[in-house]
Amino acid sequence: MGDWSPSPRQLEREAVRRRRSLRSAAIAGAATALLLVVAVVGVLASPGWATVRETFFSWEHAKASFPAIAEGFWLNVKLFLLAEPLILAVGVLVAVVRSTTAPALFPLRALAVFYTDLFRGLPTLLVVFLICFGVPALRLQGITNDLFWLALVALVLSYGAYVAEVFRAGIESIHPSQLASAESLGLSHATTMRFVVLPQAVRRVVPPLLNDFVSLQKDTALVASVALFDALFSARDYANYNFNYTPYLVAAAFFVALTIPMARLTDWLGRRVARRERGGGR
Amino acid sequence: MTELLRVEGLRKSYGDRVVLRDVDLTVEPHDVVCLIGSSGSGKSTLLRCLNLLEPVDDGTIWFEGQEVTDPRVDARAVRRRMGMVFQAYNLFPHMTVLDNITLAPRRAHGMSRAEAEARARELLERFGLADKATTHPDRLSGGQQQRAAIVRALATGPELVLLDEVTSALDPELVGEVLDIIRDMAVAGTTLVLATHEMAFARDVATKVCFLDGGSILEQGPPEAIFTSPSHDRTRQFLRRVLST
Repeated sequence: MGDWSPSPRQLEREAVRRRRSLRSAAIAGAATALLLVVAVVGVLASPGWATVRETFFSWEHAKASFPAIAEGFWLNVKLFLLAEPLILAVGVLVAVVRSTTAPALFPLRALAVFYTDLFRGLPTLLVVFLICFGVPALRLQGITNDLFWLALVALVLSYGAYVAEVFRAGIESIHPSQLASAESLGLSHATTMRFVVLPQAVRRVVPPLLNDFVSLQKDTALVASVALFDALFSARDYANYNFNYTPYLVAAAFFVALTIPMARLTDWLGRRVARRERGGGR
Repeated sequence: MTELLRVEGLRKSYGDRVVLRDVDLTVEPHDVVCLIGSSGSGKSTLLRCLNLLEPVDDGTIWFEGQEVTDPRVDARAVRRRMGMVFQAYNLFPHMTVLDNITLAPRRAHGMSRAEAEARARELLERFGLADKATTHPDRLSGGQQQRAAIVRALATGPELVLLDEVTSALDPELVGEVLDIIRDMAVAGTTLVLATHEMAFARDVATKVCFLDGGSILEQGPPEAIFTSPSHDRTRQFLRRVLST
């Protein structure tokens, strides 16, 4: 390696590449700046801007509403953090049950199909209403009436159905040759699933799973409709008292601040797996 | 003079690992150039560099009188004049054989569907795959898949076809059928550069054989010279090993 130094041709080539990447960066920057200017001028020049600035962009109201919304947002985060692992478990379980073949498990398979069909068909908000108002009305012994836990159950039921279908799509995308080679090693169906199919399926479905989880992060705000003091409900509470909508923007900022880093993290994880397993061989 | 491809001082490295160094190679029209050498000697990487699938670290590649290693050159336009066939076939599994073959003529060369399909069927006929046009690749045998991949590479009428160990994934019985059609292509005057482990085939068909060792072309020349009186020890060792088995 020490005996090599780039030829003049190579140096010239690299100079051309550098010039081109500089030019690309300049074009990207100019296009972005232009778009921003157009957008900002468009908003500022709109006839209602003065009113909108007062009702949506008030710094005082943003500051005043911030602590309550931050506290409410913690409830969204708790809901999300508790619901996510439960949804993953429900999703994997339902998907695996649907892929079983044993005759004795037919009732379970039928139940899994019924569950996914039903809960994917119901609006999530409706599930929240039914669980949060319906379950306490049953007056069952030993079942909590705490709205937080009921809302959590509603979200898990609704999203579990979606995530189960995502996992099932992943399981079915694994090439039959993988099953054949696992079978030829004498592995049982369950072992094949656990060690061969699921690990590959999970890697494949990470992007759509993330999509569902970002969606879940936002849908934790549905609990505002049963008067739980989450970020949205706190914002609405403040807005109704003060006739100012700035808190809605504050709440929006909280949600976006949570979802964007999560999206970047998953991109990075996906690239790392791809680098390790594909090893440059295209 | 009228060479089709000229490679000068080609160098390629992945990080600290130098895969190709000081590779010089000239390919005349109607040449059949066989790259031989052990695994990891750089045969595949050289082919990938020729197809501009890998950026080179130094040196130049001239194709039809144009320096294609110039970053200002449109790589896609260059690749449209070459065909490449891979060891693992790389057919698109979601398309029928016919759609695999007509994809590039229609979408990259702007050929009409009728014209592309007529040409594809003609080629399939020639390569004994006429009845497989509407089949999906996974339903074909390895040899049939590789022949379909070769038809796909030929469908755009390339000036140069690169073949990267196209028989290595096939069992011996199927190797013959693929080698036969490569031989037909050579006889028909198609210019070929191929990496291969089939020494008998190289001796038979090649107009030039290049022995690669540790990323450089140790020697090159007509097959009679390389196979009967190699000038390097490494070449002799390699040939003794592969010819004795």
